Amino acid sequence: MKLYRTLQMASLALRHNIMRAALTTLGIIIGVAAVITMMEIGNGAKVAIQRTMASMGANTVVVLPGAISVAGVNNGQGSMMTLTPRDADEIMRECPSVSWVAPIVRARTQVVYGNRNWVPTYVYGTTPLFLNIRDWTDMYEGEAFTEHEVLNSSKVCVVGQTIVKELFSGQSPVGKHIRIRNVDFKVIGVLRKKGANLMGMDQDDILLAPWTTIKYRVVASSLTGGNQSSTSSAGAGELNTLNMIYPNLQQNLYYTQTTTEQYDAQPPIRFPNVDQILTAARSGDQIPAAIQHISSLLRQRHRLRATDPDDFSIRDMTEITKTMSATAEMMTELLLCVAMISLLVGGIGIMNIMLVSVTERTREIGLRMAVGAEPGDILRQFLAEAVMLCMLGGTMGILIGRGSSYVVSLVLRWPTAISVGAIVAAVLVSASVGIAFGFYPAYKASRLDPIEALRYE
Amino acid sequence: MNLIELNDICKTYHLGELDLPVLKGISMQVAKAEYVALMGVSGSGKSTLMNILGCLDRPTSGEYRLDGREISGLTAKERARLRNRMIGFVFQNFNLLPRMTAFENVLMPLVYCRDNLTEREMERRSVEMLQKVGLAHRLHHKPLQLSGGEQQRVAIARSLINRPQVLFADEPTGNLDSRTSEEILQLFQQLNSDDRITLIIVTHDPGVALHAQRTVRIKDGLIDSSAASLGAGAVAQ
Repeated sequence: MKLYRTLQMASLALRHNIMRAALTTLGIIIGVAAVITMMEIGNGAKVAIQRTMASMGANTVVVLPGAISVAGVNNGQGSMMTLTPRDADEIMRECPSVSWVAPIVRARTQVVYGNRNWVPTYVYGTTPLFLNIRDWTDMYEGEAFTEHEVLNSSKVCVVGQTIVKELFSGQSPVGKHIRIRNVDFKVIGVLRKKGANLMGMDQDDILLAPWTTIKYRVVASSLTGGNQSSTSSAGAGELNTLNMIYPNLQQNLYYTQTTTEQYDAQPPIRFPNVDQILTAARSGDQIPAAIQHISSLLRQRHRLRATDPDDFSIRDMTEITKTMSATAEMMTELLLCVAMISLLVGGIGIMNIMLVSVTERTREIGLRMAVGAEPGDILRQFLAEAVMLCMLGGTMGILIGRGSSYVVSLVLRWPTAISVGAIVAAVLVSASVGIAFGFYPAYKASRLDPIEALRYE
Repeated sequence: MNLIELNDICKTYHLGELDLPVLKGISMQVAKAEYVALMGVSGSGKSTLMNILGCLDRPTSGEYRLDGREISGLTAKERARLRNRMIGFVFQNFNLLPRMTAFENVLMPLVYCRDNLTEREMERRSVEMLQKVGLAHRLHHKPLQLSGGEQQRVAIARSLINRPQVLFADEPTGNLDSRTSEEILQLFQQLNSDDRITLIIVTHDPGVALHAQRTVRIKDGLIDSSAASLGAGAVAQ
């Protein structure tokens, strides 16, 4: 028998008793709707958790320069000067798995305002994207510095809440000027409170400024030196200019090369380096891809041979990522259990009504058999009816589920997200519920004796 | 050659411990295009014989050849195909599907026939059959909108749609008034003589049996031989 005939017959049978069909599918409708709603709210929760995790830095991938040994003494992580701002730009441009990149220049110096002073845990020179990576873009007050100010090495900065407390006694610092190593900075924004990080470090004890400003005006010692203990010797002219502007900036304990000597012994590398590059992967599961992309890009940019070791190292937040995926997994499993139970109940309803339907239509079955329907034809017909019932229920359930999750997101303001997986699963599961629970009644119908069926009253 | 050959057909029902023999050894032949009436009081076993003849049931023992083919060993599926192809049924209570139109009721057996007919061909045949029984104007009426006689005509059209060799009618006029009965019987007569369809009618109305060329009487699970010979004498072929 042709498939479309079977479906036509099934739809005719269902249309005959619309009320009953509707009530029967109610079980499936409610089951599927519940599953979809739960899945979408769950998905939303997952997204929210992921976002929270991301703000903790779960998607962060940190690139640090490698270590260098001088005369057998290893200077530890970050002592090589191999990372450049250009590296950061290229990572942003070339790595599809990376959403944001920010170079960081670190300093640890005193900050002065009026008669108060404070040494922030973090004095970072960076770009505005740093705030995107740390999910810190909404400011408590004022605004963040811009790319333009980075290019201009403007003397502006953004401070965290702890600094507001320590330097400004809680008063608004926006528009006020502070001094960092005798360089005057205008405070243009205050960051939102973030509290301590997982290690217990106060994240609000932070001062952010354009990396060019920190690099050239504050750390200032050189174009190449990130390590402030060894004053190296590039860009003498510029250095001298800075020295003239801020005479007490440098107190060299050691012999400084003269200008002539510097011209005689050009340092081999003449690019500005940064202390680290902070990047954010697009999502938690893209972190391995991001690491891989960044690694191969940097090896290429640094012209490393296949046998050379990396002159940088890449870190991700494995611990947080693991927690995140474990949470998500548990939530999915929980929802799956709920889904199974509600669909089981719905399926039993379907089986029940199909049994009634078989009994009710015994004569019809007998007649169909008499005119030549094979047992298989009868089986298919009733199975098609059950599956159609379930699929209808599934479709309705999906619509209702989508609707109610929309309402939930509207009224309760819970985050929801469409779960395509849940929709596909709902369709498949409702079809298989139809087959599983429709089979017994259909089998019973196909086993009927045509003579008795014809005589049935 | 005989279309139907029965050889010592027995049928015993088992009701718990009790064995209930209904047919006790029936042998008969029906030739092609013959018109036979099966008569007998209720409980005589004529319905059981009818079911066996119609391949709805299997005999407990004995041989049944339909068109030269041994039937008693066939599986349910094979018998279903055979019923679809070779046999038409007309019932006392019409047995039309109430939710379908006359046209759809007539079409139904074609759905189960594995000839891969096109939709158009199926429709053409269905309409043709309804015309044949004189219901061309009632194609899209549901059974409840038709009179008893019309319903029976639809049922006859349905039984004929697969061009069967033999038509079994179980009390076809039992639910009809005498005038409609006469019309139906005339239709049967016409099918038998024009289309050379073999007809076997179960009835206990002697008036109906008179239309047949031969009457076979069943009594207590056996053919009542005196009456059978009488019936055979009436055959003038």
